[in-house]
Amino acid sequence: MATIELKQVEKRFGEAYAVKPLDLTIPDGEFIVLLGPSGCGKTTTLRMISGLETVTAGQILLNDKNVTWLHPSARDIAFVFQFYALYPHLSVRNNIAFPLQAQGEKKDVIDERIKQVVELLRIEHLLGSRPGSLSGGDKQRVALARALVRRPQAFLMDEPLGALDADLRETMRAEIRQLQLRLNATTVYVTHDQIEAMAMGDRIVVMSAAVVQQAGTPTEVYYNPANLFVAKFIGSPGMNLVQGAFADGAVRLPGDNQYLMPDGWKNSIARNENLIVGFRPESAHVNAEGALRGNVYASDMHGSYNMLHVNMQGDHVVHLRAERGTHYPIGANIRFDIDPEMVRFFNPQNEMALRKN
Amino acid sequence: MATVTAESSTSKPFVRVPTRRNQLSDRAVMNLFIWPTLILLIIFNFFPLFYSLYLSFTSYRATSPTAPVWVGIQNYTNILTDPDLWQAFTTSGRYVLFSVALQTVVGFGLALLVRGKFRGSGVVTTLILIPMMLSPVVVGLFWKLIYNPSFGFFNYAIPFINPAALDMIGSRFADIPVQYLALASVILVDVWMWSPFVMLLVLSGLNAIPDYLYEAAAIDRASSWFQFWRITVPQVMPLLLIAVLFRTIEALKSFDLVMGMTGGGPGNQTELIAVYLFRVAFQGQFRSGYASALAYIILIIVIAISNLYIRYLNQAKGEA
Repeated sequence: MATIELKQVEKRFGEAYAVKPLDLTIPDGEFIVLLGPSGCGKTTTLRMISGLETVTAGQILLNDKNVTWLHPSARDIAFVFQFYALYPHLSVRNNIAFPLQAQGEKKDVIDERIKQVVELLRIEHLLGSRPGSLSGGDKQRVALARALVRRPQAFLMDEPLGALDADLRETMRAEIRQLQLRLNATTVYVTHDQIEAMAMGDRIVVMSAAVVQQAGTPTEVYYNPANLFVAKFIGSPGMNLVQGAFADGAVRLPGDNQYLMPDGWKNSIARNENLIVGFRPESAHVNAEGALRGNVYASDMHGSYNMLHVNMQGDHVVHLRAERGTHYPIGANIRFDIDPEMVRFFNPQNEMALRKN
Repeated sequence: MATVTAESSTSKPFVRVPTRRNQLSDRAVMNLFIWPTLILLIIFNFFPLFYSLYLSFTSYRATSPTAPVWVGIQNYTNILTDPDLWQAFTTSGRYVLFSVALQTVVGFGLALLVRGKFRGSGVVTTLILIPMMLSPVVVGLFWKLIYNPSFGFFNYAIPFINPAALDMIGSRFADIPVQYLALASVILVDVWMWSPFVMLLVLSGLNAIPDYLYEAAAIDRASSWFQFWRITVPQVMPLLLIAVLFRTIEALKSFDLVMGMTGGGPGNQTELIAVYLFRVAFQGQFRSGYASALAYIILIIVIAISNLYIRYLNQAKGEA
């Protein structure tokens, strides 16, 4: 397996940036997820690593070897496409055999390798059929088999589960993760689904508007978003973000609410400074003694919990996670608290997170 | 009740009530289209088809006043034992084999050439298609001029490409016939004329191949050669087979081009089966019964070959 290194890699179409200069080092065996909304440059980045797209500037290193200008076939990297890209005129067996036959492997070697990989993916029964007759999940398994059978340096996956329905997606998620851990395969995985990214990645690279917003472990990205975009994009719903102003050790929030600034932050925030208070729905607790007030705008039943939409004032609606047993009628006034460990602050001008000191 | 009336009154303006005066019923329109076609088909297709089937079992001359005389399968036995006719079949077989094979190769090559988008590729493609749009008789006539031994451009140009070829052309004046030279000349013209047709079909097949297959193949480390044989050819195969099927049927029936160029000569060197049939049926002999039987034999051969292709075609389609 391999390390992948991107040095100031960029992609421009005319004047427009698809990917602004980007640095990224992916150590051996890591499962890294490129996450972002569509058009953010994540797929372009992946395609540049594979060689299917040329770079405008910068360098791509594979195992410390400069592969920036090598043809995809010279990079020894496997790519799993969103829509499988199986060869429709070939049987499943020949699809999987294709990369080996292209390298002129001997027939008994091919048979042996196919046998191993179909056992691993449990698709022996599909070998005789054609891709057209397979379900989406099976197609993706075959595409994975075709990628695995080569034993490449690294795996690149472009939304491989995007075309599957929700149920299957969850199963396949676990399957891919399992495989990756078992093979200790360096994997770059592109998705727009933050749940998928959180569930699978060792590390998540959040991209937006051709720029990396944050790179970190799922925990870091979730609890310590680097900026407002990441705070909103990660989680469903995203982090609650409320406009406020800091004065006299407290933050004034909409609806005459005062939130006492927890310890450790006061030094990093200037007096009378406008800021944005952020907290996750599960970091807020409904509490009769709570410092913050609002009225219930809507309440969604989510099975194991209720999601309360609480209107603080005007359009300032925040989401709170509440016990599933309790009932909050719409319009009811409630009070709640925010876990002081879990509250985050952002600078409204540059949208960056403020750091504790 | 109230809602019902409200509904019907609101929907009324949108419904056109057909009236006898300004609108024909669907059935009337249908009949108007079907019957003229059907009548024409019966007069010009079905009647001759069945009448000639009957004639093929009779002794009959279209120019003689005597009625057809039933002779059973006599015509068929005569045909299948006639060495002249086997000669014509052999010539046709050579003609079909070489001209279709060459058209396939040249057409495929042309398609690969104009497949990539370059400046003026649309114009080039259209220009390549011109030969196919011309009338075969016209093509035959002007190629005759091109081939003309004394002032034709072809004989003028050939020595520039291959100096030894002078002898080949000279040998005609020396009355030493080069075997198959006449047939080859006709095949060359047919290839010139119909390769664009193969190109057209192959081109549409090539354009239908999704790019991601080539991307996947590049990732799978397939060489261009490997990609061509394992992706391009199988993907184009159904359309290529259709082109080959059409060309084979056409070449088997080929008549006008040969008539325009050689009239079957010199001797019987370019006498294809259709030319032979024409001679038997209309030139001097007017052996209508015999010619009908021959026409039926050709029909059966064409149907048999077509079925063979269609079987392969379905197989290729199943794979694609």
